[in-house]
Amino acid sequence: MDFLAPSTWAEALAAKAERPDALPVAGGTDVMVEMNFDHRRPGALLDLTRVSDLREWALVDGRVRLGAGVTYARIIDELGATLPGLAMAARTVGSPQIRNRGTVGGNLGAASPAGDSHPALLAADAVVEISSAARGTRLVPVADFYTGVKRNALEPDELIAAILIAPPAGPQQFCKIGTRNAMVIAVSAFGFALHTDRRSVGTGIGSAAPTPRRATDAAAFLAGELEAGGLWESRGALPEGLAVEFGRKVRDAAAPIDDVRGTAAYRLHTLSVMARRAATWAWDEHRRAA
Amino acid sequence: MTSTETPTAGRIGDSPLRPDGTLKVTGEFAYSSDLWHDDMCWGVTLRSPHPHARIHGIDISAALALPGVYAVLTHEDVPGLNRVGLEHLDQPALAEDVVRYQGEAVALVAADHPETARRAAKRIVVDYEVLPALTDPRHALDDDAPHVHPDGNLVRAMKIRRGDPEPTAPVVVALDFEVGMQDQAFLGPESGLAVPDGEGGLDLYVATQWLHVDQQQVCRVLDLTPDRARLHLAGVGGAFGGREDLSIHVHACLLAMHTGKPVKMSYSRDESFFGHVHRHPAWLRYEFGASDTGELIYAKADILFDGGAYASSTTAVVGNGGTLGLGPYNIPSVSVDARGVYTNNPPCGAMRGFGCVQAAFAHEALMDELADRVGVDRVEIRARNGMREGDRNITGQLIDSAAPVAELIEIVRDLPLPADPVGERDIRDLPGGAANSTHGEGVVRGIGYAVTYKNVGFSEGFDDYSTARVRLEMTAGEPVATVQTAAAEVGQGLITVEQQICRTELGVDRVVVSPKDTSVGSGGSTSASRQTYVTGGAVKAACEAVRASVLARAAAQLGARNLRLDGDKIIAENGEVLASLADVLGDDAVDETVEWHHRPTEEIDPETGQGNAHVQYAFSAHRAVVDVDVELGLVKVVALDTAQDVGRAINPDAVVGQIHGGSAQGMGLALMEEIVVTDGKVRNPSFTDYLIPTILDMPPMQVKVLEYADPHAPYGVRGVGEPPTISSGPAVAAAIRAATGKALRRVPVRPEHITL
Repeated sequence: MDFLAPSTWAEALAAKAERPDALPVAGGTDVMVEMNFDHRRPGALLDLTRVSDLREWALVDGRVRLGAGVTYARIIDELGATLPGLAMAARTVGSPQIRNRGTVGGNLGAASPAGDSHPALLAADAVVEISSAARGTRLVPVADFYTGVKRNALEPDELIAAILIAPPAGPQQFCKIGTRNAMVIAVSAFGFALHTDRRSVGTGIGSAAPTPRRATDAAAFLAGELEAGGLWESRGALPEGLAVEFGRKVRDAAAPIDDVRGTAAYRLHTLSVMARRAATWAWDEHRRAA
Repeated sequence: MTSTETPTAGRIGDSPLRPDGTLKVTGEFAYSSDLWHDDMCWGVTLRSPHPHARIHGIDISAALALPGVYAVLTHEDVPGLNRVGLEHLDQPALAEDVVRYQGEAVALVAADHPETARRAAKRIVVDYEVLPALTDPRHALDDDAPHVHPDGNLVRAMKIRRGDPEPTAPVVVALDFEVGMQDQAFLGPESGLAVPDGEGGLDLYVATQWLHVDQQQVCRVLDLTPDRARLHLAGVGGAFGGREDLSIHVHACLLAMHTGKPVKMSYSRDESFFGHVHRHPAWLRYEFGASDTGELIYAKADILFDGGAYASSTTAVVGNGGTLGLGPYNIPSVSVDARGVYTNNPPCGAMRGFGCVQAAFAHEALMDELADRVGVDRVEIRARNGMREGDRNITGQLIDSAAPVAELIEIVRDLPLPADPVGERDIRDLPGGAANSTHGEGVVRGIGYAVTYKNVGFSEGFDDYSTARVRLEMTAGEPVATVQTAAAEVGQGLITVEQQICRTELGVDRVVVSPKDTSVGSGGSTSASRQTYVTGGAVKAACEAVRASVLARAAAQLGARNLRLDGDKIIAENGEVLASLADVLGDDAVDETVEWHHRPTEEIDPETGQGNAHVQYAFSAHRAVVDVDVELGLVKVVALDTAQDVGRAINPDAVVGQIHGGSAQGMGLALMEEIVVTDGKVRNPSFTDYLIPTILDMPPMQVKVLEYADPHAPYGVRGVGEPPTISSGPAVAAAIRAATGKALRRVPVRPEHITL
């Protein structure tokens, strides 16, 4: 196995173009586990940790441009207020050691349905910035990025450069279910964003379908009911029945399986509870902010 | 491990620091997986992917052809008897014509690099004919069940009959309970190094719980005499019963003898889940009859243990489950049937709590049910029915030392409770923690109690002994004692205990503990909460022999009688210092070896189960307080408090450490720890999916230690390590039942058991 260690982004793209079989590795929290179990034996490893651009984040044109190699620990420390939903998700990732290594770029590259950042990225309408030496940069909405179980929209010569996320106009929430109180892979997860500026709702479901996905109908339903009830203007309390119905519709958007971590029925049940709670917390925060 | 630490204190009742403590915390401790030898090669094991299959042939040619491979071995290369087993020699060291569980060892490879060895193992072609697997132990004894072994599927059936054979009672409660398969989940994977001596023998350095029984097994398979197979204890990263059976021992030795090179083997985490036995899953059917006021009149229990493919210590686990399976209660009429069976599931054997853990979930759940039925407080009903010293248990054995059941349960009841939550709470204190699944919605608090008793030491007539050698001499003008035993230090703190006993008995400050190996007699197993009792007893006896020898020498030299030894002084009856130890010893050393046996136990009657089966009983109680998100089924244990009688705390800090760790392990079984087996295959052989409690799952504990000395035990000690593992889990399960109102007749309690 070859080990490629580019020190600049241009070198990294060139290397990926030359060796499309090279597997990119950042924190290694997914890749090294797969290799240690001999589940993957790529022709080459493309180590991106020397590419300093990937470790930067900045506000660009009103959006956070989050380098693919920014760790969860730094998201929690540096972006907790700016990207609250993603930071909440980051706090649920593994252990302190894992959060010091793991990156959102890596989470997207692995594209596991259980990746903790996906529901938050989906709810926040994040955009993935993808580059190749041959074709330059393209932007892919995160909802279009996940193409199958552990598959994504990257071409063989492409790398993830950054994730673009608009700082939220309204409250965000992230909830996750695990069978212990820390260091656990999600049995199910839910991301929620209240886009108060556009009077819409963002959602993201994790670990309950072949890919991370949105609950599009549920989001449209809730936004519509808020509109119909005049609640965007009045900031009145969220009717409990509405939150419950939203939860039901989120549940209906999922397609989970039974596995060793939980049953499909339990996953569906938890999604309805998490969605109800998350929407209520976000709405209450919105009301308090008035 | 050798320690020459000389603290100013450090006698019995003190808590001197353990020699391995700082090293372990700083990551410098040398575990067995750190072993290294120049010119060593690496061994790996090829294991069966099938729970049950016939082997028609093994083609090793492609593996042997790989550059860097030194040896590929199968059962045909075993020089001695190809059988291992703690109680029954029923398991091939390497599979012959049949594999009986997923993970059974089939072939071995030695190569210059572990990765080379792994790749070579993948090139071994085994011609398997997959056979139907018996995976439901509840059907193992059916007439039409396939036989896992030629003699059938029953490993042991025991019965206990006492009192009225057809009892009746005004109040009858009954339940069925199921306990999942727990793993010891020790952090140091199985590993060791076998070094051939070039003269037909070898030295094996290995992490284990009992060097001498390993030595017997190695010698049997390799056809060696004990002087040619010398075992040395390597750094042990936890055991909990999972190192009683062999792992790499025989395999590394076979490879070393075959290659003539040192061979290291070290399992990966996933292999470790296949490389040791687990706690028996159990199915329990219980019925209690009681008076209208809750006094127990009779109890019936039917307990089934799934032993898996090979017996391991199933026989003794059934013995414990049967004799102790009704808990520490006085019950006039008893009928217990306990069975252990073979299946094609992973082999099960020893784990902390040994047969009592499973039963305690059932008897404690039923005591709660009885309390509720007759309207008596759940603590009160345990106190009312609890054993006391002088009572007889269900095998008719007299409880002839403290049995403070009522006191223990009342102590934990009276310990301060955590404050009721008020106002906004940090989510990390709520079920789900940082996963942010509740801000308090759905959270209900519950409190649960449990009490248990457990045998200490080996039972049912086993001649359970330990050997200690103590040497006293003058070194650089100071008296130095050297203590040698083969008793394994697996993290429990025996090194320190041996030093404390030597200091106390001989009055010397400097005590050297020799490395643990088979050059001295057997120390017995580091299991059954027995080492402080039995090896502690042996060290005490060896010290007494040394002291007697020194004083006899002094008496002869000085012509005086009734002398005593204190440090480096020989003192007369009137307190006068007559001589120094240096005067008496000169350049000689006094060196005594003692084999010490605890009082005998006896086999129980095969028809009635009556007899003095156990040497000592240890009691503990727990109170658990939990917050349950009843909508999501997530649990946060808020408090887990305990009281335990330890007889005499030789090292009080170590005692509390054992109680903390044991409590966490029991809580883990109640909440999350389960090897999930489907159709004979393990589905979660990793710490990603076999979950053990983290520090965010384990609450702070209040620990109340009682010291009611057992007059039959050295210093009055009572085994400590296992009881907390037994009573903590049932207390947690009871607390969850209290919070949710659900019956919860299975552990681990999974979230979906609460919500769906």
